[in-house]
Amino acid sequence: MDKETRVLDEVTIRFAGDSGDGMQLTGGQFTNTSAVMGNDLSTLPDYPAEIRAPKDTTYGVSGFQIHFGATEINTPGDHCDVLVAMNAASLKVNLRSLADGGIIIVNTDGFGAKNLKLAGYAQSPLSDGSLSKYQLFQVDITKLTNLTLADMNLPQKIVDKTKNFFALGMMYWMFNRVPENTLQWIQDKFKKDPELIEANTRVMKAGWNYAETTDVFAVKYEVKPAPLTPGRYRNISGNQATALGMVAAAEKAKLPLFLGSYPITPASDILHELSNFKNFGIKTFQAEDEIAGITSAIGASFGGALALTTTSGPGVALKTEAIGLAIMTELPLVIVNVQRGGPSTGLPTKTEQADLLQAVYGRNGEAPLPVVAASTPSDCFNAVFEASRIALKYMTPVMVLTDGYIANGSEPWLIPEVDKLPDISVKFRKDPNNYLPYLRNEKTLSREWAIPGTPGLEHRIGGLEKQDKTGNINYEPENHDLMIRLRAEKVERIANDIPLAKVEGNEKGDLLVVGWGGTYGTLKTAVERKRKEGKSVSHLHLKHLNPFPKNLGEVLYNFDKILVPEINMGQLIKILREKYLIPAIGLNKIQGLPFRSMEIELKIDEVLGGKK
Amino acid sequence: MNTMIDEVVTKELISPIKYSAKDFSSDQDVRWCPGCGDYAILASVQRVLPDLNIPKEKYVFISGIGCSSRFPYYMNTYGMHSIHGRATAIASGLKIARPDLSVWVITGDGDGLSIGGNHMIHVLRRNIDVNILLFNNQIYGLTKGQYSPTSETGKVTKSTPLGSVDMPFNPAALALGSGGSFVARTLDRDPKHMQGIIKRAAEHQGTSFIEIYQNCNVFNDGAFFQFTEKETKSDSVVFLEHGKPLVFGKESDKGIKLDGFSPVVVSLKDGQHSVDDLLIHNEKDSTLAFILANMTYHPELPRPVGIFLAQDRPKYEDEVERQIDSAISKRGRGQLEKLLNSGDTWTIQ
Repeated sequence: MDKETRVLDEVTIRFAGDSGDGMQLTGGQFTNTSAVMGNDLSTLPDYPAEIRAPKDTTYGVSGFQIHFGATEINTPGDHCDVLVAMNAASLKVNLRSLADGGIIIVNTDGFGAKNLKLAGYAQSPLSDGSLSKYQLFQVDITKLTNLTLADMNLPQKIVDKTKNFFALGMMYWMFNRVPENTLQWIQDKFKKDPELIEANTRVMKAGWNYAETTDVFAVKYEVKPAPLTPGRYRNISGNQATALGMVAAAEKAKLPLFLGSYPITPASDILHELSNFKNFGIKTFQAEDEIAGITSAIGASFGGALALTTTSGPGVALKTEAIGLAIMTELPLVIVNVQRGGPSTGLPTKTEQADLLQAVYGRNGEAPLPVVAASTPSDCFNAVFEASRIALKYMTPVMVLTDGYIANGSEPWLIPEVDKLPDISVKFRKDPNNYLPYLRNEKTLSREWAIPGTPGLEHRIGGLEKQDKTGNINYEPENHDLMIRLRAEKVERIANDIPLAKVEGNEKGDLLVVGWGGTYGTLKTAVERKRKEGKSVSHLHLKHLNPFPKNLGEVLYNFDKILVPEINMGQLIKILREKYLIPAIGLNKIQGLPFRSMEIELKIDEVLGGKK
Repeated sequence: MNTMIDEVVTKELISPIKYSAKDFSSDQDVRWCPGCGDYAILASVQRVLPDLNIPKEKYVFISGIGCSSRFPYYMNTYGMHSIHGRATAIASGLKIARPDLSVWVITGDGDGLSIGGNHMIHVLRRNIDVNILLFNNQIYGLTKGQYSPTSETGKVTKSTPLGSVDMPFNPAALALGSGGSFVARTLDRDPKHMQGIIKRAAEHQGTSFIEIYQNCNVFNDGAFFQFTEKETKSDSVVFLEHGKPLVFGKESDKGIKLDGFSPVVVSLKDGQHSVDDLLIHNEKDSTLAFILANMTYHPELPRPVGIFLAQDRPKYEDEVERQIDSAISKRGRGQLEKLLNSGDTWTIQ
């Protein structure tokens, strides 16, 4: 029979199952196909900290949310419209993210007595009426998968591993996705094992056919392509973009790239990515600890490499003393902090923005450091490129803040043209005449980079206070005062070399929502909705957090009220209040989760009162 | 891969200029206490470097924190006086990034074995070609006299008024246990021996670890006098020489023989033993190196001094370069344009 097709502007789907059910892969395939079909999208994986938690327990649930649409998409979605739950535990954990009236597709085989008990259900939610406000579709995916592959005589373990493709096939049918992309992926992925190609292909087609022929599904949906800027795109996660941004920076700086790093969630993927690019001459060093990660990078920087260290908050804590050394020796270095929930070990796989004060202030002594934050997954590319530019031009370590949310989240990325990326190369000192290690460029106050191997420029640097110009050890009171001020002034002058702050929306008004980092998409969505309602509200998202853009004060003073939503207890707001003496209002959520647009919208309403 | 680095640095690895010790002396006043053993080590290094025929600009001395770590300031070479314990890690990064450099680490028993112990064992295990001079004075000097990880048990210091209860590290055994490919011990008061060892260390391909017994005449004076002073030295020290029997004593009248795996002292005068019975040193034998290193602190055995082990093993930085070369030959030199456009891409018209 012909089934009805409804056209939708945007949809959010959440795939959820046991961590062994392959939900990340399923979500990833749905994402790639949707991207290739021209939708704008944003995704958010949600996986447990345990590698393989006991099967069918709530703490072993792995989820992947994708928000895609025919319009601009800036967030992975506040709520999902469709929840695919492969077992009882995944339904239990994810039901609260499902919108009222939303669709639930369950694998009934995952709701046996044992599953229910492990998930903590006294009785089956499929039959007790508790899901009555949703559209529930019950499919025995396990059984259907077994039947599909019955004649292949495969071990049950392998058959079980294909059932996520049955779910994917059903969703492809339901949302009119073209299957070719994924079928090709299966061919490439399992090219050494034709049996697996056959099995996964069959199961995915079976899922599609089942959805089409059964009476269970009466409606399918269509989401048309979004009006994206013309050009070539790829889907990219924040950590991938960080890695590519550093490869690009090294290329444009004409320097070899050196990464010193110690594995840490959620930053390790940057190390993995860069380790794959050895044919670019990139050297990746998995150090013995966080301290060796950064100090090896400092050694490489002394030797003339573009040096990088990547980590998360606990790692930055360990690297702190060495960051001071890089500040004192005035060597270029990029430090990437993929923030996660803290303090201490905290919530390794969850997101947070609570390392801003650590980045800006967290060192012994007066140790100023430029700080740049990425606002979306693909913006990580720009952030590390900009950080490299600043580090090389100003001879300073630079901290880049991303977070678990944008590091693991992904979005379509308009691939930049290599020729249009700026040249950020610097010249090493070569002339041995009148060389002093701490003579400064009058404009930038940066010292010259003289590297070992250059005849006649032999010199010593170190962590002890330097004499102005010569760099010799010096303990004189006036010299220390001067050097402290010079190092601070050098960082301050970067403000002359970065773009001015620019609000999205009107430049004057009742309320300015100021954010930084990974909250960008959510704040943008919320502010735009409120503007459509006629509210006088604008959005400013800061990329440079130290120093701030020169005009930031003026921009802030143009609004009656300032709202600063952050995934922390209020860190940017502290700096803004201190620097600009404004009575900014905070909105703080510390749940290891990103904001929902709705939460921002409610706060905007509250701050503006009845005001239109 | 051609980078900005190639535009400034010397390509030659052998110096056309013949240097003298003075060429390696910087314009900074040396600020160690008068009588410190560090002076002799500085002079020995400055004396050995001209013999290595490496261009002066290729030398880099990296130190951590402590008295010994002031060393780079006194060398007219590239140098970094870094932070406590991290010199080995900084040197590792530098040498991996720039295999053309001759990288030296100056550290002490506190800097290298306590706060920097982790980096020490890992640089040795990786066999990165850096030369580590560990000045062992068995005391914390710069912080004014606390016991160190090599201080003898029972050491009375400001922080251990009733004596320390820790067992000391045996640096040579630690270095061997970490997989060190060149492990040696020498004495600040025997410059000739020290210079020979430093030269061998510099020539060794891989990490070289030299423990130097160094007298701190302010906080731990005489800690090694038994091994360094004329009256006691020959009866208390056995010098390890490759291919030669382990003979010691004022009149070369004693030797070391293996009893099972245990070294024992035998007399060459009692008519029961001759030189032929003695252990012959083989610096390529890692099992023997452990046995010899473990003679340290043994109350009945002389202190072994010299090269315990000098073994050939692939250098970390060479392996890194090899992987890069092989990646380039397999996949071609990386193209940024291609990399950015890799994976699933699509075009919006």
